[in-house]
Amino acid sequence: MNLKSTIIKQPTVPGENGIIYPSANVMLDLNQLKKVYPTPKGDYVVLEDLNLKIMKEEFVTIIGHSGCGKTTMLSMIAGLNEISGGSISVLGNRIKGPGPDRGVIFQSPSLMPWMTALQNVLLGVNQVFPDATKAQRNDIAKYYLQKVGLEDAFHKKAADLSQGMQQRVGIARAFAIKPKVLLLDEPFGMLDSLTRGELQDILIEIWNKEKITAVMITHDVDEAIFLADRVVMMTSGPKAKIGDVLNIEFERPRTRKSVLEHDDYYKYRKHLIDFLEH
Amino acid sequence: MKQSITLGRVSKFMGLGFLSTLKDLFTGNLEREDFISFLRKVIVPLASILLFIGMWHLGAKALYQREANFKVEKALTDQGPAAADEMKACIASGDVSCQPNTLPAPSQVWDSYKSLLKDHNAISADKAAFKEKTEVLNTERIASGLDPITYTGRPSFIDQIIMSLKTVFAGFLLALIIAVPLGILIGLSPTLRSAFNWFIQIFKPVSPVVWYLLVFMIVKTILIDSTDDSSFIISFISVGLCSMWATLVNTAMGVSSVDKDYINVAKVLKLGPIQKVFKVILPSSLPLIFTGLKITLSVAWMVLIAIELLAQSPGLGLFVWEEFQNGANDSNSKIIVAMFVIGIIGFLLDRIMLTIQNAVSFNKNEGI
Repeated sequence: MNLKSTIIKQPTVPGENGIIYPSANVMLDLNQLKKVYPTPKGDYVVLEDLNLKIMKEEFVTIIGHSGCGKTTMLSMIAGLNEISGGSISVLGNRIKGPGPDRGVIFQSPSLMPWMTALQNVLLGVNQVFPDATKAQRNDIAKYYLQKVGLEDAFHKKAADLSQGMQQRVGIARAFAIKPKVLLLDEPFGMLDSLTRGELQDILIEIWNKEKITAVMITHDVDEAIFLADRVVMMTSGPKAKIGDVLNIEFERPRTRKSVLEHDDYYKYRKHLIDFLEH
Repeated sequence: MKQSITLGRVSKFMGLGFLSTLKDLFTGNLEREDFISFLRKVIVPLASILLFIGMWHLGAKALYQREANFKVEKALTDQGPAAADEMKACIASGDVSCQPNTLPAPSQVWDSYKSLLKDHNAISADKAAFKEKTEVLNTERIASGLDPITYTGRPSFIDQIIMSLKTVFAGFLLALIIAVPLGILIGLSPTLRSAFNWFIQIFKPVSPVVWYLLVFMIVKTILIDSTDDSSFIISFISVGLCSMWATLVNTAMGVSSVDKDYINVAKVLKLGPIQKVFKVILPSSLPLIFTGLKITLSVAWMVLIAIELLAQSPGLGLFVWEEFQNGANDSNSKIIVAMFVIGIIGFLLDRIMLTIQNAVSFNKNEGI
């Protein structure tokens, strides 16, 4: 696999218990991952022999046809779905169930509608920073809500916010818990294209600052190129695996304009569309 | 920003939307387009109330006539024409001894209502006088460790309403204390759910009368060496046990059917079990819990009458039963007064629950 050399900045460092991990720059490691759903007609293999290493501070988008198992893979990384075979490790430690080291932005905003925007973000912050004072936790939550442009909506009930604003809270909630890995499951799939563009800009702006390793599922080829360092293409199921990987060499920080005007943009786009159409 | 509380908001909140239309009428705020809605919300209900009273009046009159004719007929066949004429004159004079006993007319019910109020005032005055008379003696008795002398006269209609409300609230609280926690546990644990399922399915349809008898059997034995009146205890426990099922089932359903997205969020954030219950599961099942509580309160109020009657607890149920047994001239109209009081209080209780529900839960319901 051809990895971008620019993102490998840190030298090999001893991990926990003094063991030296050979690839200290690997944040997320999917190894021979397999997912089987038992059905009355026999086992249905969704994913098989899926191998993927994602580096620290890398933004990876995953693209593939509907029903190919993208969401299954992401929810396995999140720990919400059982692993049938193989393993998933974060910084060399095998995951056991869900945890706040892997923040998730769901397809539907999944906010608690009875809580305010601030309370929704605090729900996670309180959990991750139990030793911080109340004021500190409030500051963290407010900081991220400001980052997503919701400084006027701290105390609005989530149920009273528009879809786009709810998803902004979702983004703030995910970043505010300072996860090691951010998992995004088609977070803008339910939004209109204008709002989607706005939220992509907001997402990439925060991400540029925080540099949290991100894995994002999308159906949108342009979104995949605009956001990612690498686009991972999955083959159609059953027994889906990684079909192809495309490195996106645009410099960061990117603007939509610079990306669209770049000479390589249509080359990348064609590559992805060719893959999806075959 | 604090939102100003207007009559419109409050009345809509309580499911009394027609009040704001009424206010618009008096303040002249009513637009031409609102006129139809005004007709529908104010005029139509008023007209239907008048129609109802009119039909009631005519029906009562017809029944009265039928009963009167029968009385005259009976006097004629049993005692001859002279007695029949006497009976006719007696009925026409409105004498208490020979009034036809049937459905009372609206005006009679209104009179009974006024006489019940008058009776209440008389009893209250009596009570106050009694209190004044015994005040000195009672302070002496308390000082020397004796029980004070209490008023033992007949309760007034208002006292009986208060007694009924006390019983229904005690019963409702009992249902709440048992059914909500139990419902949460059953909703959370599939094991408990299958353990309790037979219990719920079998006991849910049991009639209030049988619950009363069961509670009577148990409480009577427990309080065997007490000389106090146990009718209140027996009736509120019976009311609670009869009415708790709706809350139990709704709570369990609400808790077990929390949106999977919320559960996933709780899992990702690794909320502890207590936080998960109080921050996610309970708030999201609150609407269903309240639906259950609303049904529980209305069931409690409905079965209360039957249970008070059986338990001889001095509330509205006993009032209705005693008036029926009494068979006095105005007994029937007093029973109808009680019927309206029961209905109106039931309606108000439902509105109170709706208001609380709207205040605490995230999706708003407009009452029907």
